[in-house]
Amino acid sequence: MGASQTRPEHRHQDLADRTGFSLEQIKNLHKRFQQLSGDEDTISKENLESIPTLANNPIRKQIIGAFFDKSAFAECLLAAGGAPHFPYRHQRGFILFGLRNQHRGEAGSCDQIGFEQFLMVMSHFRPPTLKMTAEEKEAMRREKLRFLFNMHDTDNDGTITLVEYRKVVEELLSKSGSIGQEAAEAIADAAMLEVASTNVPTMGPDDFYEGITFEHFEQILKGLEMESRMHIRFLDVDTTTMRCGKSTS
Amino acid sequence: RHGHAGARRVCRGLLLLLVLVLLEGSVVFPLGAASSPDVDPRGHSEDRAVAEESQNYSKKAFPVLSLDYHHIHVPFEIALWVLLASLMKLGFHLIPRLSSIVPESCLLIVVGLLVGGFIKLAGEKVPPVLDSQSFFLCLLPPIILDAGYFLPIRPFMENLGTILMFAVVGTLWNAFFVGGLLYAVCQIQPGNPSDLHNLELLPCLLFASIISAVDPVAVLAVFEEIHINELLHILVFGESLLNDAVTVVLYHLFEEYSGAGTVTILDGVLGVISFLVVALGGVLVGAIYGFLAAFTSRFTSHVRVIEPLFVFVYSYMAYLSAEMFHLSGIMALIACGAVMRPYVEANISHKSHTTIKYFLKMWSSVSETLIFIFLGVATVDGPHSWNWTFVTVTVLLCLVSRVIGVIGLTFVINKFRIVKLTTKDQFIVAYGGLRGAIAFSLGFLLEEKHFPMRDMFLTAIITVIFFTVFVQGMTIKPLVELLAVKKKQEAKRTINEEIHTQFLDHLLTGIEDICGHYGHHHWKDKLNRINKKYVKKCLIADERGREPQLIAFYHKMEMKQAIELVESGGGFKPPSALPSTVSMQNIQPKKPAAAKPVQRALPQLPKGREEEIRTILRSNLQRTRQRLRSYNRHTLVADPYEEGFSDFIIKKQKIIELEKKIIHMNNLTLPAAPPDSPTLCRARLASDPQAYRPKRDSVPTIQVDLASPQSPDSVNLMDEFRANGSRREEEEDQGLTMRPRGEDGRREQLTRCLSDPGPSADEDEDEPFLP
Repeated sequence: MGASQTRPEHRHQDLADRTGFSLEQIKNLHKRFQQLSGDEDTISKENLESIPTLANNPIRKQIIGAFFDKSAFAECLLAAGGAPHFPYRHQRGFILFGLRNQHRGEAGSCDQIGFEQFLMVMSHFRPPTLKMTAEEKEAMRREKLRFLFNMHDTDNDGTITLVEYRKVVEELLSKSGSIGQEAAEAIADAAMLEVASTNVPTMGPDDFYEGITFEHFEQILKGLEMESRMHIRFLDVDTTTMRCGKSTS
Repeated sequence: RHGHAGARRVCRGLLLLLVLVLLEGSVVFPLGAASSPDVDPRGHSEDRAVAEESQNYSKKAFPVLSLDYHHIHVPFEIALWVLLASLMKLGFHLIPRLSSIVPESCLLIVVGLLVGGFIKLAGEKVPPVLDSQSFFLCLLPPIILDAGYFLPIRPFMENLGTILMFAVVGTLWNAFFVGGLLYAVCQIQPGNPSDLHNLELLPCLLFASIISAVDPVAVLAVFEEIHINELLHILVFGESLLNDAVTVVLYHLFEEYSGAGTVTILDGVLGVISFLVVALGGVLVGAIYGFLAAFTSRFTSHVRVIEPLFVFVYSYMAYLSAEMFHLSGIMALIACGAVMRPYVEANISHKSHTTIKYFLKMWSSVSETLIFIFLGVATVDGPHSWNWTFVTVTVLLCLVSRVIGVIGLTFVINKFRIVKLTTKDQFIVAYGGLRGAIAFSLGFLLEEKHFPMRDMFLTAIITVIFFTVFVQGMTIKPLVELLAVKKKQEAKRTINEEIHTQFLDHLLTGIEDICGHYGHHHWKDKLNRINKKYVKKCLIADERGREPQLIAFYHKMEMKQAIELVESGGGFKPPSALPSTVSMQNIQPKKPAAAKPVQRALPQLPKGREEEIRTILRSNLQRTRQRLRSYNRHTLVADPYEEGFSDFIIKKQKIIELEKKIIHMNNLTLPAAPPDSPTLCRARLASDPQAYRPKRDSVPTIQVDLASPQSPDSVNLMDEFRANGSRREEEEDQGLTMRPRGEDGRREQLTRCLSDPGPSADEDEDEPFLP
């Protein structure tokens, strides 16, 4: 017991406030982080690529890329060490939305990310709670859609162009052999056409639809109810060291 | 004036209903009289008398016409009942206002009551229609198979934990709560000792276990009409299906030991084991038969006609096999249907698919109707013993226990669910717990000698059924409106949604892998991969049936749009739900990269030209149609079917050419699909008739192969008209002229061919369309 114990606790509490996870969940994720990074402070792309079960995933590269995407985080450089300092107001759920808008200009990807970035990407996959109001749910949905949008928009220019969308569909069908290759382009074209005609119904023959903007993206995925679909279950209980007794959050 | 017309229509409808019921009653009466054993059919006695007279072989007059009802009375009566059920269903739709206020199930029970009343008035013995044989072996399986085959797997699996909790724990709670309290109430009458005191605990529990199960037939009948959101539907419906195992075990357990009088702990443990065996055994039996059916369907490519038969027979055998071992037949049937469906649908032809769908719907619909009518009939007939205390307490306890059960369980379940159940959801789940014919049949099965209170039980069961179906069934629709419960989303699924659903699946699986714990998505993904790698190869005939879901979806959507294009009768619409002028050229990049092949470079159309072409062609089509009409009346044989056909054919080929033209202009890429996958073939036949509203002058039965250029059908059609078509293009102003018979012999031949959709003309898709 001493300073060495309280500092991570303090940090974890801080992160809990910021990202909306409970303390237990953060502890478990931290353990996982340590496991992935080999007990270091940062993880690299190779660490994530070495997860065996991820190998079967057709969109593996995109997922890993999403963790290292610079435009999603405030400071990649601080990942190497030191206590990160986020100089804006804390507000659960809205924090990340504001953050991303601030730093949209930055493009490219980091090589190493720290636990904070790891946690922030993970926080997009929290489920909605029972007590959320409609506005909070709306904000959460937008946040998740924004995450998806950034995954598709690889050059970070704010629109998903036809080329980028084709790439998305291609990757999705990459494990399906030759049937996938032929149909991917047609599907992407048809999908793009659908977005265009839903959002901009009257276009003259010479107009050109640049790409899917975030508003259009929101519009076409309205029916999917992102806030209830895009989530995973985070462990509340640390199964390795069961502690009975006090709740910490 | 409007009200007067409406009232007249209602009166007419009611009158018709009354006539139908009277007809049925009056037909059944003499036939019933004829079939009762103590009254010989007149014809029979005459014959016999004549035969007796001529014992010494004297020549008698040859009976030119004789009546022998006895010979055929069983199938005849069955057919009569089925006919009654179907006519009733027709009749209800003549009075639209009635069927919107009162759910069909209630109306059918009333009809059953009326028919039962007639039969009883006629003095005849009511046929024991809800006895165990006919109900459990003939009436119930089609409904369950229909439910299982079309079960939406995804929401079912996602909510499986919740459904199981409601089905198992909820039913157990109901049974013990109602049984226990009922026994207590029966015992407490201090003053006047009534029959109720003789009622022991075990029969009470048995009765409670019969009455506490939510009935799938009733739930289906009522929920079908209220269109609530998918989650609630699958929760209540899934519960009604899965609680069969619990009901079977409890029923056998208590029935077995009611004679003995006590149940020990050992029996309890055996009961639990028995439950697991019944449930899992049922599912296993169903799955085995499902895989057998899927495997068989792999080899049916040469005998397409009997494909649907395999589906039905294997499923029925699964049900019977499960019933043979006292396993849960319902769960077997659900498992069989759900397991075989993806593989069978990939293997069978699109006609077989349609056949299966329509036969299942037809049988389940008739079964459901018959069940409700029989409920009414059996109510009139059944031995009744009314006991105010027992019946009212039963009804009350059922309601209370259901509400408490749902609230308590939801409290526990919400701790584990991510998307929590709100109070509104809980209310609908509790209110939707309807009881139905299964409870009645189970009660009917009880033997009088073991259960002296059987009549009282039956009366109470019927009262509960009537209460839930009438009161709850009628009020659930206005309540749903009042509480503003989320309704089913009717919107068509778009390709963007499909892409992103798939994307999300993979994304969430990946995140779970990164997080390190094996959750829901991980296992689902694993199952999918095993399925793709091993199972599909074994059970699906060839490569084309194994295309990934996204591609299958895309093909289906494409086909549907092509068909819509043809049937809308003109004008090129880009594939979107909203009318818009966006076309492919709007989204293709303007300056193609130098490396791109020539075909990608878009010819830029002058501004108004495309619109011009469209209007010319559209107006041409209209003129064509008018021309054809006037010609048809005078020159060709007046055959209304043929008239419509030729009109339609001409219209269609115009549109085909139009579409080809604009496709070339805009360089729409259609996937160069190899021989049509079953998805393509199936989509060609478009959606089911409820969704499809045929336009007044289009003929819905035609099948035209549009978007797959390789298939021989479309080529032939094109070739037929290309020669004529080029001629017609020149005569744009005059529109299409119909030549008299002699000159255009070829087209005449085509029309004749098409107007005769008999079995020889409209064959397997392997044969060419034109001879």
